[in-house]
Amino acid sequence: MDEEIKEEIKKALAEGIRFDGRKPLEFREITVEKGVVETAEGSARVRIGKTEVLCGVKMEVGTPYPDTPDEGTISVNAEFLPLASPDFEAGPPGDDAVELARVVDRGIREAKTLDFKKLCIVPGEKCWIVNIDICTINADGNLIDASGIAALAALQDTRLPKFDGERIDYHEKTEQKLPISREPIPVTVIKFGSSYIVDPSRIEEKTMDARLTAAVTEKGTICALQKGGDSPLTMEDVNRMIDIAVEKAAEIRKKLREA
Amino acid sequence: MSYDKRIDGRKFNELRPMTAKAGVIPNADGSAYVKMGKTEAYASVYGPRNLFPKFLQDPEKGILRCRYNMMPFSGAGERVRPGGSRRSKEISMVTEKALLPVLDLRQFPNSVIDVFIELSSTDAGSRCAGICAAAIALADAGIEMKDLPLAVAVGKVEDKILVDLCYDEEAYPGEVADIPVAILPRTGEITLLQMDGEVTKEQLMQALSLIKEVAPKIHQIQVEALKSRFQDYEAEE
Repeated sequence: MDEEIKEEIKKALAEGIRFDGRKPLEFREITVEKGVVETAEGSARVRIGKTEVLCGVKMEVGTPYPDTPDEGTISVNAEFLPLASPDFEAGPPGDDAVELARVVDRGIREAKTLDFKKLCIVPGEKCWIVNIDICTINADGNLIDASGIAALAALQDTRLPKFDGERIDYHEKTEQKLPISREPIPVTVIKFGSSYIVDPSRIEEKTMDARLTAAVTEKGTICALQKGGDSPLTMEDVNRMIDIAVEKAAEIRKKLREA
Repeated sequence: MSYDKRIDGRKFNELRPMTAKAGVIPNADGSAYVKMGKTEAYASVYGPRNLFPKFLQDPEKGILRCRYNMMPFSGAGERVRPGGSRRSKEISMVTEKALLPVLDLRQFPNSVIDVFIELSSTDAGSRCAGICAAAIALADAGIEMKDLPLAVAVGKVEDKILVDLCYDEEAYPGEVADIPVAILPRTGEITLLQMDGEVTKEQLMQALSLIKEVAPKIHQIQVEALKSRFQDYEAEE
């Protein structure tokens, strides 16, 4: 069944057409809303077409890792809630959810989006831990890009709760924002035969040959990569796909800055 | 001690601001979003669909399966660890019982109706918001229902009987009783009844009678959500 659909998708793509009428390198409508969850220290809702994710940041005070005693840390987790798709099941995160969380984590970490040193409270004893949780509301393709954008927007929205050196008062948010200096945005490019597309729909994801996610910084550098799918990529594929990711990231960045 | 004025300024028989919307999750067969004060619940319904593992199937009737879950950032305090707790297990079960009486599961042999309730933000009353949302989602899925269940907490703070407690009232440093209740508005029958706290029988009956006052308001918000969903359909066609 999927094989037949794949052939149809490829045939249409050869003529530059997608099932939903988009051009190969066209995103669906993206909307970013910040400050949407009352109980979180920072939050964002991102919609890409009918895909919708909610990201919330919860701050916590913990002990720094022994090898980085003067740094705080982040933790990214994704929940593919059964609410969001008939294909998702209740239970601990599966391979897809873990991969997504790790790709988002890498994009944020490797761009040095947050100054981890500024998240240290008492070296070797106390530091801020930034918990970033991504929850799916409706899964209709391209969850990686939606989640990466939501995570960044939620971090930008975060205000630290009051901390008196012993306990956090979650009911009182301070004016203090997170030390953010970078803006990594993940863009996933899909390969179908000899065609490339962005922002895959659910059926395009199911039938693709391969995908490459690149997190792109505001300087246009690449700060994380993840190749997925069963087919290999040639050097030329990578070359073209990165160009596409860099170009699309700039467009998304504009959207995010308006939010 | 006398509780003369509610913390958030409401009257004792006044609900928190409530909104509802049907059809918020396109992938689901039916879905809804309900906001009661600062408590926000999503519900989606998948099914009736084939039940697996197969040994659970009953050729006489289908089953209803509910899952209540808090998103990790939905608590007012620390992060809620994902993966469920004894609390969420119990709430899932009582939610199932709250909805069950309105369904005719004999229509769906070997099948399951899955109801997933997710809280994105909580400030007390989350199981009630979840039940209100689930009821709308079931109707939105086109599943035959005898009635549209609704739920709200009633209770007592010090000497006052009141409705729809917020978190600050639940945590009030004095005598507090919190009584979540689900009813079938057509018959007034009770399908969920729990309590934390201590009351006299008279206070309990007085609290339960408060439901009659507010149920029509909640019912109307649920019905309006479904109606405007239906209008959306008409507009699309």
